Amino acid sequence: MGQQQDIYYVPSKSQWPIVAAVVMFLTVFGAAHWLNAEPGESSFGKTLLLIGFIGILLMFFGWFRSVIHESMAGRYNSQVDRSFRMGMMWFIFSEVMFFGAFFGALFYIRMFSVPWLGGYGHGVLTHQFLWSDYAASWGSGGGNGPAHVGGSFETVGPWGLPLLNTLILLSSSVTVTIAHHALKAGHRGKVLLFLGFTVLLGASFLYCQAHEYMEAYKDLNLTLGTGVYGCTFFMLTGFHGLHVTLGTIMLAIIWLRVLAGHFSKDHHFGFEAVAWYWHFVDVVWLGLFMFVYIL
Amino acid sequence: MAQAATHDHHDEHHDEHHEHQNFFQRWVMSTNHKDIGTLYLVFSLLMFFIGGSFAMVIRAELFKPGMQLVQPYFFNEMTTMHALVMIFGAVMPAFVGLGNWMIPMMVGAPDMALPRMNNLSFWILPFAFALMLSTLFLPGGGPAGGWTMYPPLSLQSASLAYVVFAVHLMGISSIMGAINIIATILNMRAPGMDLLKMPVFVWSWLITAFLLIAVMPVLAGAVTMLLTDKYFNTHFFDAAGGGDPVLFQHVFWFFGHPEVYIMILPAFGIISEIIPTFARKPIFGYKAMVFAIASIAFLSFIVWAHHMFAVGLPLGAEIFFMYATMLIAVPTGVKVFNWVATMWGGSMTFETPMLFAVAFVILFTIGGFSGLMLALVPADFAYHDTYFVVAHFHYVLVTGAIFAIMAATYYWIPKWTGHMYSEFWGKVHFWNSVVWVNVLFFPQHFLGLAGMPRRIPDYNVAFANFNMISSIGGFLFGASQLIFLGVIIHCVWFSKKKATDRVWEGAKGLEWTLSSPPPHHSFSVAPVIHDEELAHGHVED
Repeated sequence: MGQQQDIYYVPSKSQWPIVAAVVMFLTVFGAAHWLNAEPGESSFGKTLLLIGFIGILLMFFGWFRSVIHESMAGRYNSQVDRSFRMGMMWFIFSEVMFFGAFFGALFYIRMFSVPWLGGYGHGVLTHQFLWSDYAASWGSGGGNGPAHVGGSFETVGPWGLPLLNTLILLSSSVTVTIAHHALKAGHRGKVLLFLGFTVLLGASFLYCQAHEYMEAYKDLNLTLGTGVYGCTFFMLTGFHGLHVTLGTIMLAIIWLRVLAGHFSKDHHFGFEAVAWYWHFVDVVWLGLFMFVYIL
Repeated sequence: MAQAATHDHHDEHHDEHHEHQNFFQRWVMSTNHKDIGTLYLVFSLLMFFIGGSFAMVIRAELFKPGMQLVQPYFFNEMTTMHALVMIFGAVMPAFVGLGNWMIPMMVGAPDMALPRMNNLSFWILPFAFALMLSTLFLPGGGPAGGWTMYPPLSLQSASLAYVVFAVHLMGISSIMGAINIIATILNMRAPGMDLLKMPVFVWSWLITAFLLIAVMPVLAGAVTMLLTDKYFNTHFFDAAGGGDPVLFQHVFWFFGHPEVYIMILPAFGIISEIIPTFARKPIFGYKAMVFAIASIAFLSFIVWAHHMFAVGLPLGAEIFFMYATMLIAVPTGVKVFNWVATMWGGSMTFETPMLFAVAFVILFTIGGFSGLMLALVPADFAYHDTYFVVAHFHYVLVTGAIFAIMAATYYWIPKWTGHMYSEFWGKVHFWNSVVWVNVLFFPQHFLGLAGMPRRIPDYNVAFANFNMISSIGGFLFGASQLIFLGVIIHCVWFSKKKATDRVWEGAKGLEWTLSSPPPHHSFSVAPVIHDEELAHGHVED
């Protein structure tokens, strides 16, 4: 617990925090302006959003570059390493809670709001007075609510692409673990091979999901606007997909860093942090596969 | 084993180096927990006055029945913005600022665990509030549906996207701040500073930080659903599409209830530091205090629906949430009992921090009792959305959280600045605050019990007298805070009276072993911990 340190480390001043605050502000200010623009009207919000977003990418590049330089120069002692580990763990915990909000919404909608609208239990009067012809069900029958918002639709079956995606993500978890063991054993070639597999598996997952989305929009009439079924489906799988995208990019960067020889047998927190993140993304997917696709 | 804080820069081997930095480098690029803590506290003070000016508008409009000063929509903007600014701009940043300043000094660390992220956590906030406050001047106006942003009302607001993104930014800031505090407490303690030797303030922040990381993402999720419902054609909160507006309330209050403890647990910690100092006794029941905070934090996750009793919940849910809510009175009672027991038989003096702390114990307890009344489902059906609720949460937040922040400011400002504040003007500030805050909020209990609804700019003439009294109290309470500002300005720039290192005769703990003001890096050499030097004395295992 930070008690064997010979020396405390306090990082030098950095311009990156204030740069980060500015580009984050530009991004959301631009986005808010764009959302509020009249349809057809050209909005400077879009430009601002783009500038902000590019700024965020550059900021990440610059900030991480300086941290990597400092780490490579051996400035970080084991206490700093532990702080980084705690930071990453608690960050992943906050991500878990973020997904928790959307899973909670899904459970509430399926367990309460849809059955109540159909006249079960507690919400019986809403059913009687407003939507007496609505028979509550999930899926293509009544998943878009009593007003059948978005028109009739089909759901994505779990045993096609989603099953394949499950297998892809599970194998990617195995390959990233093999890569980690290889890193600890000092076999850089093996690390590159298996980490490369992991990146490819992540990319194929994203390809399959993009394919699934296109199919849903074109052939199944399942869109973000398809009542609560559509919005829970796309928001949950969409946020997960964003995290997979981020994870794949991070894995690719770690692959480049392995190639550049940044990691040693016992000093490779960057690798481990991304591996943790990848496992987290994997576990969330298992929850999605179970509750969004199968049940 | 000698321990010394090191910087990357070769020229930074002595404490005076920060004098060579220019203004921008010192305040904007800082990696120093004290400078960042100061930024947080100054920002919070600014927001306190901005939010307070909104409250003055509200009380001026409610001075007498009828519409006289402002348009109803503007009134609604004021009630909404007052809450958002005070919660996210004043109270939370003030606690983070106090934590930033004090936690490294209290656990014997040179700085926070992740100093650059610490700087980012702060610098997000001015931008987030610029974004949110700018909506007041934009076409369509600011948010006016209440800080709770209930749909479908909030979805009609043109400024929804701005507020949602501002909330996202504040959430990112809070999560990073909380991660930093947890990493500091768990990883940066000096040798011998065991978990159960930490000051109660540090414990309270450890638990608060956990709450923040657990619930700020849930708020982010809730407001994201609002955003997609308005702009991207989702139907989370639209019954026609199978959703439910009540779903938002569940997700929001799953954040919202732990949030109210986020705003009071650090206050508990502060009071648990101040009372032992001025009673010149170790805190009574140190471990019970720590476990009480932990129990309150746990219970805060299973009581959220008590904010929604009148929304039409199933009976079983109402009963569960009623009993779970009442259970919180047990650990809170333990805390109040222990504060009183700490004072019992102590040789007490009443400097300004102690006055605020004693006022906290009494007035917060009043707020706690009115909370118990609101927890009763059948009674809440009558109290819900009345001024009784307003009176309740202002007793716990103003005379609770804000009084604790003021107590902390008086208690630690001699340590921060190296100068004593003016005890006379501090007491003037205290007595004005404590009198007028009761004139302001106590009549609101009666108004609420008589049925006056909250968030309405006009009211029945039957409520005229108490509203006028309340408004007078409000104006004078607001004016009293200018004294606070004056005392702080005097202490920082003009006070001639040097503070000693220990500042208070009965003060114990590591932070008082440092000079006043403390060195640039709090502990460049890890301190040796002596049990009898700690505020709570020797804890038996």
